[in-house]
Amino acid sequence: MTKIIGSKDIISHIRSGMTIGIGGWGSRRKPMSLVRELLKSDVEDLTIVSYGGPDVGMLCSAKKVKKLIFGFVSMETTPLESHFRKARQEGSIEVMELDEGLLQFGLIAAGMRLPFFTTRVGLGSDILSLNPEIKTISSPYKDNETLVAMPAIELDVALIHVHESDDLGNTFIYGPDLFIDDKFVRASSKTFISTERIIKTDEIDKNKSMFNWFERSLVTGVIESPYGAHPTAATPNYGFDKEHLSNYSKATDQIEWEAYFENYISLDHESYLKAVGGKDHITSLEVPVF
Amino acid sequence: MEKPSYTLSELCICAASEAWRDGGEVLATGIGLIPRLAASLAKMTHSPELMMTDGEAYLVSEPVPVGPRDNYQPKIEGYMNYSRVFLNIGIGHRHAMTGPVQMDKYGQTNISFIGDNHLSPKAQLLGARGFPGNTINHTNSMFFPNHNNRCFVGNEVDMVSGVGYNPSKKLKGMKSEFINLGLIISNLSVMDFKGPNNQIQVKSLHPGVEIQEVIDNTGFELLHDKYVVTPTPSNEQLSIIRDFLDPHNLREQALPDRSDK
Repeated sequence: MTKIIGSKDIISHIRSGMTIGIGGWGSRRKPMSLVRELLKSDVEDLTIVSYGGPDVGMLCSAKKVKKLIFGFVSMETTPLESHFRKARQEGSIEVMELDEGLLQFGLIAAGMRLPFFTTRVGLGSDILSLNPEIKTISSPYKDNETLVAMPAIELDVALIHVHESDDLGNTFIYGPDLFIDDKFVRASSKTFISTERIIKTDEIDKNKSMFNWFERSLVTGVIESPYGAHPTAATPNYGFDKEHLSNYSKATDQIEWEAYFENYISLDHESYLKAVGGKDHITSLEVPVF
Repeated sequence: MEKPSYTLSELCICAASEAWRDGGEVLATGIGLIPRLAASLAKMTHSPELMMTDGEAYLVSEPVPVGPRDNYQPKIEGYMNYSRVFLNIGIGHRHAMTGPVQMDKYGQTNISFIGDNHLSPKAQLLGARGFPGNTINHTNSMFFPNHNNRCFVGNEVDMVSGVGYNPSKKLKGMKSEFINLGLIISNLSVMDFKGPNNQIQVKSLHPGVEIQEVIDNTGFELLHDKYVVTPTPSNEQLSIIRDFLDPHNLREQALPDRSDK
């Protein structure tokens, strides 16, 4: 009952028009090796759900995005994401712009198999006027308060990067922050995990189990992908590659983007790691201090 | 004339730290260098009860210095990852100071995009981030490094990311009692929302600033009938900022001193 698959195998589960959730946060612990598989594939018209960083920017420039559901898109090192900005300013993607918390609430509702999550977040802001599909409701209790009914954000596929996983999908994230990854996993019909390292089930003990944030029944496939978050950070193993991100950030015009695609995205994972400077380079990237 | 012994950034940090005075045991979050230093200074002087993070996922009992930390080890007292921040926001135990791109007379703020067409904005910024949830739930203050008509806009902001006191945005049955806007700190002045019907009023002018300069650089009408001069930093405040919180003087890049002071 092993769930280990090759990275290309995820593409057989992803069809054009699907809704894909991507874990991580900004430039932190993004499943970039899986995102590169998406970029190389011929799927299109995707709805992408993300606390966005270069994952979103690259998918925009590769014309894979029909609609983006987001609370922000930021590179963190440089606050604005140039590829996402270009797509937005050209009007080439549809958006559902949310508050960071509201996005989480939509995922939680989906993960609990509920139609919506009740909150005050969104009231008084343009989140409601820009997204007429988000409705308000009246509390059925005596307060009769007007609240937001944040609709469930149901995902077809979630892509998550972790530090360790066994072949059954018992996963371990050791970074200081899980981010919203567990909510993405629960909101999704299928989840594919890229992992820094595959471990044996009998290596798991009480200490490791404290870092297991969602159960293996939620995991469809596990892909071994050392340094798979590069150029984003996978604290505590390695930091983000500021220089690489800065070069990517400048490559927004068509010719430069095609060159970036050719030099990095078109490669298999081993060749990618060599092209960006090798494993020693990635290991030497300092863990960011905020 | 002898140059004062403090810089504009130091004056603003001290003035901004006042936002957290008497606010109770809340998570003090300063987004951006000056707000972060201001929150840190508040905790190290008048409001030791404040909770604060290391900028990532841990609560610390002492504010973490900005920039390269050398041998400094954060004094961790607890945990505050993003998931928990959203729970903390829900219960309102937080006072954030942010740096919006635009603010209007209602205190509505924007960091999402510039332009009147959200399908293809003139300039896409970050997106609304946590502004809608923060402002409907807990106290918020703002810092503006450049006090001018492009940020203090005459019309409504292009995208209401942060909620303000706009009556036309108040839906029937909506509970707005948790909306609480604190101080507005700029490179020229300190303002608050304590005028009638939350009208924005000038609370103090930074030394050397004339009221006309503030009026000319604000796109909406300000109440300005009782302002004072912004208090200058004390030696204790200056030494905390210079020797401990910001030893690499990153504040000077974030907000250069006024050459005409």
